[in-house]
Amino acid sequence: MGMVDGKEHDVVGGSAPRRLLTALLRKFGINARTAVVLVPYLWLLIFFLAPFLIVFKISFSEIRIAIPPYAPLFEYLEGVQLTINLKLETYRQLFEDGLYWKSYVSSLRIATLSTVFTLLIGYPIAYGMARAPKDRQLMLLMMIILPFWTSFLIRVYAWIGILKNEGFLNHFLLWAGVINDPLQLLHSDVAVYIGIVYSYLPFMVLPLYASLEKMDHSLLEAAADLGCHPLKAFWKITFPLSLPAVTAGCFLVFIPAVGEFVIPDLLGGSSTLMIGKTLWAEFFNNRNWPLASAVAVVLLLLLVVPIVMFQRYQVQQVQE
Amino acid sequence: MRSKMSLFNHLSLILGFSFLYLPIILLVIFSFNESRLVTVWSGFSVKWYGKLLANEGIIRAAYMTLKVAFVSSTLATIFGTMAGFSMVRYGRFRGRTLFNGMIYAPLVMPEVITGLSLLLTFVAISLDRGFVTITLAHTTFSMCYVAVVLQSRLSSFDRSIEEAAMDLGCPPAKTFFLITLPVIMPAVASGWLLSFTLSLDDLVIASFTSGPGATTLPMKIYSQMRLGVTPEINAVSTILIGIVACGVVIASMMHKRQVRRKERDQHLATS
Repeated sequence: MGMVDGKEHDVVGGSAPRRLLTALLRKFGINARTAVVLVPYLWLLIFFLAPFLIVFKISFSEIRIAIPPYAPLFEYLEGVQLTINLKLETYRQLFEDGLYWKSYVSSLRIATLSTVFTLLIGYPIAYGMARAPKDRQLMLLMMIILPFWTSFLIRVYAWIGILKNEGFLNHFLLWAGVINDPLQLLHSDVAVYIGIVYSYLPFMVLPLYASLEKMDHSLLEAAADLGCHPLKAFWKITFPLSLPAVTAGCFLVFIPAVGEFVIPDLLGGSSTLMIGKTLWAEFFNNRNWPLASAVAVVLLLLLVVPIVMFQRYQVQQVQE
Repeated sequence: MRSKMSLFNHLSLILGFSFLYLPIILLVIFSFNESRLVTVWSGFSVKWYGKLLANEGIIRAAYMTLKVAFVSSTLATIFGTMAGFSMVRYGRFRGRTLFNGMIYAPLVMPEVITGLSLLLTFVAISLDRGFVTITLAHTTFSMCYVAVVLQSRLSSFDRSIEEAAMDLGCPPAKTFFLITLPVIMPAVASGWLLSFTLSLDDLVIASFTSGPGATTLPMKIYSQMRLGVTPEINAVSTILIGIVACGVVIASMMHKRQVRRKERDQHLATS
């Protein structure tokens, strides 16, 4: 509220050109106060929203061997006649060629399963953290955040050394006598699941911990006093109360995992289909920009619902 | 939840943290391995670090990466602070929903989409790809992280000191720089640090938006990783992990000191 009366102060002082500029901006209703929101707003409009429209536009263009490798959507023939080269060719290709829809289905499947695994592994960790002595909790929290600060690429790479045929895991299992021949783990879907769970685990644990840590312990005590089994109390009280955090964590893992590129590329095999990899290959290897754009448009359409749900949740969290 | 921990709680913490840290620890240990084989220990050596320093391509890429990270995180911190401030202080303004959307969506947007869309934009406005385009791209997604960090800090901000300053005739801009900014400075600093590491880390968006002659460290590392595990990559990774760990430790120490000083001041004020 105090900031509203800022207008009076803005024009006071300053050199003549500065005063002129302020007066000019004021004419369009721009003062220091509106500029604070206007600058990031315009930046995001130009570098976040407008790019999507361009992707949308190029997905309807025709591929052409040129720089850039697509035909313009609008062209002036002989300088006068406007022709519109709107092609649905790329979208037809997208639906007819099995590679693309198989990639989408497989991405959704891998992302869904990995999200479930991340939840199953992340929940006990978050729960344990919330139950730890108060003075230890901050350190545990730091330890969850620390891997998030270290390079994603490096953390994925670390698994190559563990999972490959002569890697640590196979060495260990052979030594322990569990297996007689090394397992083919690297370049398989299993490796991709491990990679996603490992990389996105902090995203799941953080919201869960934040929610479990705030939980009112007296509810569980009341349940115990009334003779409720701890497991049942967990299922009837703790879990439902943490449900919003479960949702947030799942979205934070699921949405980026669907479009993941690095993990399937480094850990997955040639049979591991994921749409991020397909888009990358289409763009960098085949140089088919219109098709890569169409792949991105359909991917975005698939993710619109989860993204909007995630945002709703975020806004709600802030308002609480 | 401050009851005693069960065996299950202990077990899940031990297993969970081993899962998180074992791969990184193995990677660091084997960067000091004598042998070229990365998974068989044959003696301590720092020769891979020496090789690294002699690798001009890596050094050049590292310099480029640091330059991009420094510029983009500084810009992102300025814009992100402005965005976070307007999200908390401006209530409902026209286009607020769109603004919120543009702040939260980049946090979860698959990188391939962001990268592709930015590249096509730079081509459409015929901007030469290189340092500038990577920096613009990194600024865009980093500022959203900064905005979220600042938003959560500002929503718990005690506004009475600001109001006191303004009641005494301090102009709003001056109030912001003299009162608000020093108080939210730790959040601004951690926003900057977060942007810096995000930029340092990014492979996908940089690959899309870079041009010839502008190779960042992750791009360089990635092209070598595709060929397999080598001790050199372990060595680069160890250095990067070391830098980040130092940064985080220093930041948390600064935070702790600040908390302690605040407690002492409060103690002095009340006694």
